[in-house]
Parts: sequence; structure tokens; C-alpha cells
Amino acid sequence: MTTLIILTILMILGAVVALESKDVLSGIISLGIIGFALTINFVLLKAPDLAIVQIIIETLTLIILIAAVLKTTREETAEKYGIKKIVLGFIGLVFIVVFIYSSIKVFNHLPEFGEQSLRMAKIYIDQGLPLTGAGNLVAAVILDFRGYDTLGEATVLFTAVVGVMAVLRKVGRKRS
Amino acid sequence: MRGMTLIVKQITNLMVPSILLLGIYVVLHGHLTPGGGFAGGVLIAGCFTLLILAYGSERIKSEAKKMRASLTESIGIFLFWFITIIGLLNGTYFFYNIIAKTNPGEPFKLFSAGIIPLCNIAIGIEVGAALFSIFITLAILKVGERL
Repeated sequence: MTTLIILTILMILGAVVALESKDVLSGIISLGIIGFALTINFVLLKAPDLAIVQIIIETLTLIILIAAVLKTTREETAEKYGIKKIVLGFIGLVFIVVFIYSSIKVFNHLPEFGEQSLRMAKIYIDQGLPLTGAGNLVAAVILDFRGYDTLGEATVLFTAVVGVMAVLRKVGRKRS
Repeated sequence: MRGMTLIVKQITNLMVPSILLLGIYVVLHGHLTPGGGFAGGVLIAGCFTLLILAYGSERIKSEAKKMRASLTESIGIFLFWFITIIGLLNGTYFFYNIIAKTNPGEPFKLFSAGIIPLCNIAIGIEVGAALFSIFITLAILKVGERL
């Protein structure tokens, strides 16, 4: 539990550094801290499925982002400190205080960490293997009990690729 | 996009077969071990992305066009939708795991769990081809070309 808290603080620090650094490349590298610390968090919480997906996706996106930065600019354009920025910062501070206050109230009502609170989850854990025959319970949930979600997810990915291709293609466009 | 140095190319030659094998293993054993269609598909797409980054887009272009990434992705999603209506064709309801009910394999073996490994294979094809076609569209497509 202590390791989780240390890793979470490290993730928050990485996000702050990524926001505040002037060099875009170092910002992206400190963004990678978030993803890889999240991977270790998933492994510690005994979710290896999520950890595999997280580490692969994080590596791919970091490679693509670094390639994009090396081709364009590395220096971030400077911003001036005006009255607008002070007002926006004050609004953000108020929102953070309200958010922390309400989340403390909410977390007091949640069950203890690791305790099961849903009756559905108990049915899945007990009956997953006899009902579906899949040894990996996550696969039994995402492809049998909750199969519609996965079907919609795959269709959304397909639609996204069709959209990217439609935007980036040059065939059939009028010449400007 | 130009290729990289000889060292990167040699390391890529060594690594790509094992990465591809790991991706196929993760897809096929999705119902037994951690992983599944999404993780394995992204691994397969990452393997092809590594090849393009190492060898440069000009050299790999003719090979990449033969692979027909967009068509492969369409086949993957079509396969997934077809697997879901197998239940309807057999007189039960949508997304029914009919193979596991009529012919249940031995648990914790490769041939078990009915349509779940078939769905994993379809998702693996779809996700791998989708991510690879996005990358290849951003990397090599020029004016007046079609994938």
C-alpha cells in the first residue's frame, strides 16, 4: 500500500513537470513516468491484463510523440503572466478545494480497499469457469458476460480508423 | 522517413521474430493467460511499426502496400460480427456462446471456452491492422495514393 502511494505521488510529480517544463521533449519523457508508474501500480494490484496493455500502448505513444517532436519544434513558446492567467488560476484553485472536500466525503462511504461490494462480481468469480470454460476470468467477463462492450469497442476502433483514412486521403478531393 | 543505422537494423532483425511470436501467443492464449486480442494485436502492430522505423518508409513501401492493412482490418471486424451471430444462426440469441454449451473442451486447455478464443483472434487481427494502418497512413501516404 505504501508503494502504491509513493508511485501515485511520483505520477503527480511527473504530470506537473510535464506541464511546467520549457523543453517539449523533456515534457514528453516525464509524461512517460505516468504511464510506466501506472503499469507498476497495475502489477501491484494484481491486474496483469491491464499492465500488458498499458505498457505496450505507453511505449507506442511515446515513440510516436517523440518522433513528432523531433520533426517539429523543441522550444515551447513563452506565455505572458496577465490578469487573465491570475483569474484562471484562482478559479482552478477553488475547483481543487471543492473537489478534494467532496471526494473526502465520498471516500468515507466507500467499502474497504479490496473488499467486494457488488453481488454481480461474486457471481462472476464463482460461476465464471463453469459457465464459460475460460481459465482467464477477465476474458470470460469481457467476451462473454460483458461481450456487447467489447463488440462496441472494436467497432469504435474501426470507425476511428475509417475517419483517419477519410481525413488524410487525397483521392477524390478537389484541388484548391 | 529515412532508415536508421546498421546497429538498429541488426537489432530489429533479431527482435522482430520474437515480438511477433509473443503477439501471436498472447492472442491465442487470451482465454488462459493474461492478455487477449487487444494486447496481442497491439504487439503485432508494434512489430511492424518497428520495422518501418528501422528501415525507413521508402524501402518498406512496396511491401507495405502488398499487406493491405485496411482490408485486413475490415476482415477482422467482419469476422467478429460474424462470430456474434453464430448463436442467432443456430436458433438461440445474439452473442450466445453456443460452442461452449454444445462442445465444451477441457478447462485450461487451448481448445476450450467456445467462441472466446475465436473472438480473441478476430479482435487481434482487427486491432493489429487498425493501429498499423493508422501509423502507415501518417508515415508514408503521399498525394493520390490509396492503401
